[in-house]
Amino acid sequence: MLIGESRFGMRQPGDILSGDLKSAVLIAHRLGAKVYVNMNKLFRNDELAALPEYLISITEAGGDAIVFGDPAVLMNARRHAPGVKLFWNAEMTGTNSSAASYWGRRGAARAVVARELNEEEIGDLKSKAEMEIQVQVHGATNIYYSHRNLVQSYLEHLGKEASLVRRGVDRGLFLVEAERPDERFPVYEDDNGTHVMSPDDICLLEALPELVQAGVDSFYIEPLLKSEEYNETVLKSYRAALDLWKRDPGAYKFDNLWLTSIQRLQSSERELGFGFLYKEQVY
Amino acid sequence: MSNTLIQDMPLKQGKRQRLDKPELLAPAGSLEKLKFAVHYGADAVYIGGQKYGLRSNADNFSFEEMREGVLFAEKYGAKVFVATNIYAHQEDLDGVADYLRELENAGIAAIIAADPAIVEMAQQVAPKLEVHLSTQQSTMNWQAVQFWKEEGLPRVVLARETTMEEIREIKARVDVEIEVFIHGAMCSSVSGRCVLSNHFTDRDSNRGGCCQSCRWKYDLHADEQSVMEPGHNPFTMGSKDLCMIQHIPDLIEAGVDSFKIEGRMKSIHYVASVVNVYRQAIDAYMADPEGYRLRPEWVEDIGKAANRPLNTGFFYAVPGAEEHIYEEEEKPAPYDFAAIVTDYDEATGFATVQQRSPFRPGMEIEFFGPGGRQSFQTIVEMTDMEGNPLAVARHPLQKVRIKTEKPVEPLDLMRKKL
Ligand code: SF4
Repeated sequence: MLIGESRFGMRQPGDILSGDLKSAVLIAHRLGAKVYVNMNKLFRNDELAALPEYLISITEAGGDAIVFGDPAVLMNARRHAPGVKLFWNAEMTGTNSSAASYWGRRGAARAVVARELNEEEIGDLKSKAEMEIQVQVHGATNIYYSHRNLVQSYLEHLGKEASLVRRGVDRGLFLVEAERPDERFPVYEDDNGTHVMSPDDICLLEALPELVQAGVDSFYIEPLLKSEEYNETVLKSYRAALDLWKRDPGAYKFDNLWLTSIQRLQSSERELGFGFLYKEQVY
Repeated sequence: MSNTLIQDMPLKQGKRQRLDKPELLAPAGSLEKLKFAVHYGADAVYIGGQKYGLRSNADNFSFEEMREGVLFAEKYGAKVFVATNIYAHQEDLDGVADYLRELENAGIAAIIAADPAIVEMAQQVAPKLEVHLSTQQSTMNWQAVQFWKEEGLPRVVLARETTMEEIREIKARVDVEIEVFIHGAMCSSVSGRCVLSNHFTDRDSNRGGCCQSCRWKYDLHADEQSVMEPGHNPFTMGSKDLCMIQHIPDLIEAGVDSFKIEGRMKSIHYVASVVNVYRQAIDAYMADPEGYRLRPEWVEDIGKAANRPLNTGFFYAVPGAEEHIYEEEEKPAPYDFAAIVTDYDEATGFATVQQRSPFRPGMEIEFFGPGGRQSFQTIVEMTDMEGNPLAVARHPLQKVRIKTEKPVEPLDLMRKKL
């Protein structure tokens, strides 16, 4: 389980404040789940002072890992949370095994890999990185992140009421590119800036066995912009698939119900797809 | 910086001396552009090689051209850096070590790298190459800067989101060279955190495939409908270009060690004009900080080569409505690049120039050279190389002779008023 608050973590679907960390961890641990605390923001000078205290509160709450992207978090964690595992998540820029190992040698136990990698790259990365890797298997992905307040700027340009800005995730704002009228890109602003999300959802449910065999250690489901019912259903499907695989890989058979139960709740405007898993990109 | 303390201190091993004067660092998309950037006053230039840079371009330097560029730059006491600023995928890793060794052999002074895979490889296989942390790492706080310093990097290029105030604090707290962008186009996203092009066109932005999708036109929908009304401009993420010519004293006093100009894809005319202006401003400030005044012709001269609207990025405030490009603001520049001076005959007062865009007698032109040398005139006498009068210089690279009112020098540029 990934929890946190927007002061430290990027795009949290909701804030669990530091005062509540302890009880959140307790509940999760009681149910046999681990709790990772998201601190993968890029920090500014005046935000650094809050890091030690927050790291200490994670340690005291018994958090299982801290997710970082900014080296400032790594520096502080070495001092203030020396017993807690570190996961490296630099979003789009976690693209190869040498970079992952680099952070591994500096204390990271896990690398979260970029969503733009294909299956071959993921497998290759895993075989060379000698650390746990985490892959997003479901949901929306962030495709653009800016420290600018782009919605507010635009509305100001139009001379519209600032109230339209509606800060926060899932406030019904979309971008539609002129040449692609069928794709709607969710966009929102929060204290950390502007986030543009993918117009479709990745769904790697059918590829799970391949990913397990490629050595992926952790499968992440992105809950952002989804209802509770939807997220529960998705979790159940992936849970069932992974459990079945675990019991006996030889007898594993894909159950179409896992997929159809998700499809039933899937917004008609957002296609389910394999993301970049089977794509070749050029540059 | 007249920091006597630092100058009087014996140089400790491994401790870098602070640069006296900030470095002016210019882009060079080709060998020819490199020569102009250096000639017009860049202390260092950064170029792209055949691989691992974010501008995949046919003009990128071969090792041979790099060697020639390094030799040329050396004559001016200038250095050459190579951008190796991609985020590599597995398939890219294999050749990195050899490539970096080649750069070292070619006399390259530094690489600009973001991916720790490349940073570390360079430290291992090419110890003479300095590694500068690219802006693609989006470093914007002093502890992150401290981290990279402890990892052995002598220089960090800050994120373009860093404010002047934050730069001051970073410089006060960490003894490492700081480089910032002072001019040119920029990502409106946090660097490295945009994969719009990957989604739109299957081109990987973090390996040089960006197709500037942030500048495309979008419709913003709220409650299932567009917020646009008739006459409204569409939404875009496109940012105005950065220009810090009005704030040179601030940047120098903040302790910035290297002033970087963006634009490896830009023309000779652009690079020479922009470098020329910033060179003069930096020199004027260093010579006499108290008496320093911004000269209006600097601002004007930048405008002659750059036609995109300008702003000061994040230095003083978060960019707002005025800092993004919602309507066509690309005014055609009032001047156009016309020719390069290749020779000047003092006896006759004729300059030989190589054509870069057509011109004819009667046109108003400007010659300019390093250090702000400038002269304005009308073309009166113009001949071919045999001395026959010419009515128009129509052919690219054609050499013609023009009678100039003031002396000019080889590598001066000629622009025409439109
Ligand atoms: S699309 Fe724009 S913001 Fe994204 S990488 Fe390209 S220039 Fe930068």
